[in-house]
Amino acid sequence: MSENPNNWPLWEVFIQSKRGLDHKHVGSLHAPDARLAIENARDVYTRRQEGNSIWVVPANAISASQPDDAEMFFDPADDKTYRHPTFYSIPEGAKYI
Amino acid sequence: MAQQLPLLTYLLRRGDDNLILGQRLGEWCGHGPQLEEDIALANRALDVIGQARNYLQYAGEVEGKQRTEDDLAFLRPEREFVNCKLVEQHNGDYAHTMVRSFLYDAWHLPLQKALTKSSDERIAAIAGKAVKEISYHLRASSDWVIRFGDGTAESKERAQNALNALWTYTGELFVQDEVDQALIKAGVAPDMAKIKAEFDRTMDRVLAEATLERPADAYMATGGRQGVHSEHMGLLLAEMQYLQRAYPGAEW
Amino acid sequence: MNIQPPVKVFKRKAKPRTLADQNKNMENQELEERFQEKVDAELKIEPKDWMPEKYRKTLVRQISQHAHSEVVGMLPEGNWIGRAPSLKRKAILLAKVQDEAGHGLYLYSAAETLGTTREKTVEDLLSGKAKYSSIFNYPTLTWADIGAVGWLVDGAAIMNQVMLCRTSYGPYARAMVRICKEESFHQRQGYEIMSVLSKGTPEQLEMAQDALNRWWWPSLMMFGPSDAESPNSAASMKWKIKRQSNDELRQIFIDRTVQQAEVIGLTIPDPDLKWNEEAKKYAWGTIDWTEFNNVVAGNGPCNKERLVARNKAHDEGAWVREAAMAYAAKKAKQKAA
Repeated sequence: MSENPNNWPLWEVFIQSKRGLDHKHVGSLHAPDARLAIENARDVYTRRQEGNSIWVVPANAISASQPDDAEMFFDPADDKTYRHPTFYSIPEGAKYI
Repeated sequence: MAQQLPLLTYLLRRGDDNLILGQRLGEWCGHGPQLEEDIALANRALDVIGQARNYLQYAGEVEGKQRTEDDLAFLRPEREFVNCKLVEQHNGDYAHTMVRSFLYDAWHLPLQKALTKSSDERIAAIAGKAVKEISYHLRASSDWVIRFGDGTAESKERAQNALNALWTYTGELFVQDEVDQALIKAGVAPDMAKIKAEFDRTMDRVLAEATLERPADAYMATGGRQGVHSEHMGLLLAEMQYLQRAYPGAEW
Repeated sequence: MNIQPPVKVFKRKAKPRTLADQNKNMENQELEERFQEKVDAELKIEPKDWMPEKYRKTLVRQISQHAHSEVVGMLPEGNWIGRAPSLKRKAILLAKVQDEAGHGLYLYSAAETLGTTREKTVEDLLSGKAKYSSIFNYPTLTWADIGAVGWLVDGAAIMNQVMLCRTSYGPYARAMVRICKEESFHQRQGYEIMSVLSKGTPEQLEMAQDALNRWWWPSLMMFGPSDAESPNSAASMKWKIKRQSNDELRQIFIDRTVQQAEVIGLTIPDPDLKWNEEAKKYAWGTIDWTEFNNVVAGNGPCNKERLVARNKAHDEGAWVREAAMAYAAKKAKQKAA
């Protein structure tokens, strides 16, 4: 099927709900350009006071890891528990550590 | 008491402008050119209906006859509506709707900005909230006028036609009658000359970017402020007021 | 996230049963088992994961039907925005119908993660090929219909939607969580309208009862055919797309709604409705499936109007979408220069 060139491309929307928090992916929408994508994101995704800041990214600009790579990507982290503070035992009575 | 009547009229004008525009914008709901735009238009409609409610509530209090916002919206006859004629115009195509909003926003924003400094605290508070909403409206409607003007040949033609057709209703926005004079004197309302200057700046800036031609200031249609409207105003009210008229006194 | 999976083209070979084909079959079977294990372990399926073709197809069909229903559903309710009886009700209704547009949008986006574009999905609606919930082919005749639609239609819909928040496909589940959060006021505002009308003038009470009479049975039909006659249900349950059967959900809806009707003094239009103390649920009459099938087949009171309205909006919006793209292209070119 040939894509009609007048169809608005897809954008991914990230909203920061409060100052200090991460921008979080909330969904997507269609828009002809970045400016309208941001305005539409405001109208679509922040109608209930969800927003403090908006990012939009053309959906086709996002690269993603492959599910098939998940094991080699993520499982090797499983046995590195020494990266977490709870790994270490601290003598009783020690403070501020 | 001499002060009361002009203030009441002034509040009704502000309320009716927004109410009638909201009624028109609501007609788009479910019929927009793109789902995202449908949602954006509904937000715009909700904002102006909210502004209408604020002004009409206050008008009811100033009048002192126990009339609510709904009494004023649904039970006044056509001749008592004092909105400008611009807002009652049909939606037409999307260019027509957006140009109508653009003209309205370009006047409404500086007006409400000025009203934030009104000596009437209640008006200042209503305007303070409205200014944020209208700033966004003007940004969005300007964007669309520019997109249409500098988009395709068809969109340019549609936008220019809308501008030519609606320009005649812009003069009324700046008329200063005895109601305005009285309120300007009392520090309640701003001098419209300043509002006009900002309106002109917005027109020049946006229309230049849109590569659209600003129509000449020829004959300007007035009468809305005196309750003499276009013929379609009666039909708009017939629809809007239908239930309240058909079932007098009922609660909803 | 709408990362589209690489489109796999399976070419049908004229002569099957080569060694390569058999290997392929084995591989698919293994993949399918792994897939089912994930589903059984309550792990969400994400867009780039391998999934059985039928799972993908079922989802695309269901999510797009759902999206179309939201968008077409704007029409019967939008019919009363201009005539809402107070400014508060006007704002509420407008916000509610706007929400439906938003929900349609979230769902079209979820469908897009499965490799189908919104354009294609919408085309199927406009051409009459795709289905949407038949309930929206009924007309809203009085203001009480706005109450009944919120109370009954949204009430029935939310039963499904709550279940779908836990559906196995990640993007669909996430869209449903957002939708359920927003939807929660819809049913309440409808019930409030009905409650105010039933306490109002005799004419208003009559209006409310009449709306209930007309919307009750179509609302029960919204849950779909009974389990015995529902061909897709078994697979959908196995894949945890659905988690409760049509009949289960319908029964819960009836039990809840009958009580709500009692509170506001309205009568459910079903002479066979009776509380069964032993089963702790209502026994109720029989759905007229001939009517249902007739509406599904396109012969409902408003089928044609709905499609005409959607087509009109789409066609009249074409130059708007085109102008916006033309402008965006110009600006991008200027920026690059």
